[in-house]
Amino acid sequence: MPRPIEWQLGTVTGIQTETPTVRSFTLGLPEWLGHRAGQHVDIRLTAEDGYSVERSYSIASEPELAGQLEITVERIPNGEVSPFLHDVVVEGDRLEVRGPIGGYFVWETSLGGPLLLVAGGSGVVPLMAMLRHRARAGATIPTRLLFSSRGPDEIIYRDELDRLAGHGDGLEVAYTLTRQQPPGWTGYSRRIDDRMLDEVLRPLGSGARTYICGPTALVETAANALLRLGLPADRIRTERFGPTGT
Amino acid sequence: MTERFVTRGFVGRRTQPGEAGDLASRIPPGQYLTPDFPVLSAGPTPRTPLDKWTFAISGLVREPKQWTWDEFLALSARDWTVDISCVTKWTKLDMNWRGVSVDTLFENVELDPSAAFVIAWSDGGYTTNLPLGDVLNGQAFVAYEYDGAPLAPEHGGPARLVVPARYFWKSAKWIRGLRLQREDEPGFWESLGYHNRGDQWLEERYSGD
Repeated sequence: MPRPIEWQLGTVTGIQTETPTVRSFTLGLPEWLGHRAGQHVDIRLTAEDGYSVERSYSIASEPELAGQLEITVERIPNGEVSPFLHDVVVEGDRLEVRGPIGGYFVWETSLGGPLLLVAGGSGVVPLMAMLRHRARAGATIPTRLLFSSRGPDEIIYRDELDRLAGHGDGLEVAYTLTRQQPPGWTGYSRRIDDRMLDEVLRPLGSGARTYICGPTALVETAANALLRLGLPADRIRTERFGPTGT
Repeated sequence: MTERFVTRGFVGRRTQPGEAGDLASRIPPGQYLTPDFPVLSAGPTPRTPLDKWTFAISGLVREPKQWTWDEFLALSARDWTVDISCVTKWTKLDMNWRGVSVDTLFENVELDPSAAFVIAWSDGGYTTNLPLGDVLNGQAFVAYEYDGAPLAPEHGGPARLVVPARYFWKSAKWIRGLRLQREDEPGFWESLGYHNRGDQWLEERYSGD
């Protein structure tokens, strides 16, 4: 019998507002044994009377960050856990955490590249862990992130992504804004489609390791388009969330 | 953790008074109700044309059996209304499917007495393992309709396994066959840290739970 993944107590050591609806929480976890970029954790909240709820959140931080990890949480209106994390939790609070979980949607520099990352909204979180890992490891693997957000205020990690892309180490970031674009916007201004993916993929070639994370419709669109562009199915890894409307 | 930890300030939303009280008893530990039908899969959605689609029973059976799509549709089917729990924490109640019981499929073959495990395998290379006893006696079916319509590709269409008593990753999407084996063999997620059995009432989420 393998050892269970134990619950452990993390202390909130930092809270960062990423966008009006997205916050990052840094958790100090003295017993954390490390993770791989792309994995997630379970968070458990328990009330006085024992009522408890659990949710899974992608890890945003790179494995190199010892003894702590960061999760990035979108506030879901009418949600039970994300509004609590956003509105009630303050620095110094403790949260029950277990993980890391998931062994497929992971990337580390030893897997190599070229690397294509496609994100929609908060689907960027596990991909950010990969980019932070890539930067921390000093890797120069050719990498492109195509990141779809609704409007300019909703681009999670924008400053850090621009900074990482400015290092000249082989990372390029392409944004698309689907609903609202600021004056002078030079990025894409539509939903992800075949032509956009073709342009982003082309410099990497059809051998690119591809990770797609976002709402189901975006993941389906991107994965199907990349198959049409000649990427083998076994090079495409997906993580999906959100309702499908059915 | 032996002593129960209490999260400061957490009360929880609980089951709404409008929802029948007995709904709570249908939600496994650590799960929450969703009205949606979320999609989770590890890779692109495979699309096999129906004229190329077959369903096979192989392994420890006297004669392997294979059905074409039309032959599969001709098998005795029924409607199933079941509750489904995904390891990612959502539970959806009263999901309406139409499909063929695994019992019905097995009536068409002669199982070897040494067959003890079933490997469900799918287009795209996905596999999941189940003890034979977990799929017999009406516990599992191969569904090709959901809510009265053909099962959508992102939900596993044209056909998926449904095993309501286990976390949903055991309900292999895009299923193409069942292989009977003497020995157990961890499937895709079972090899990547998820529990080998996946009983949601025992919260068997991850390896070692």
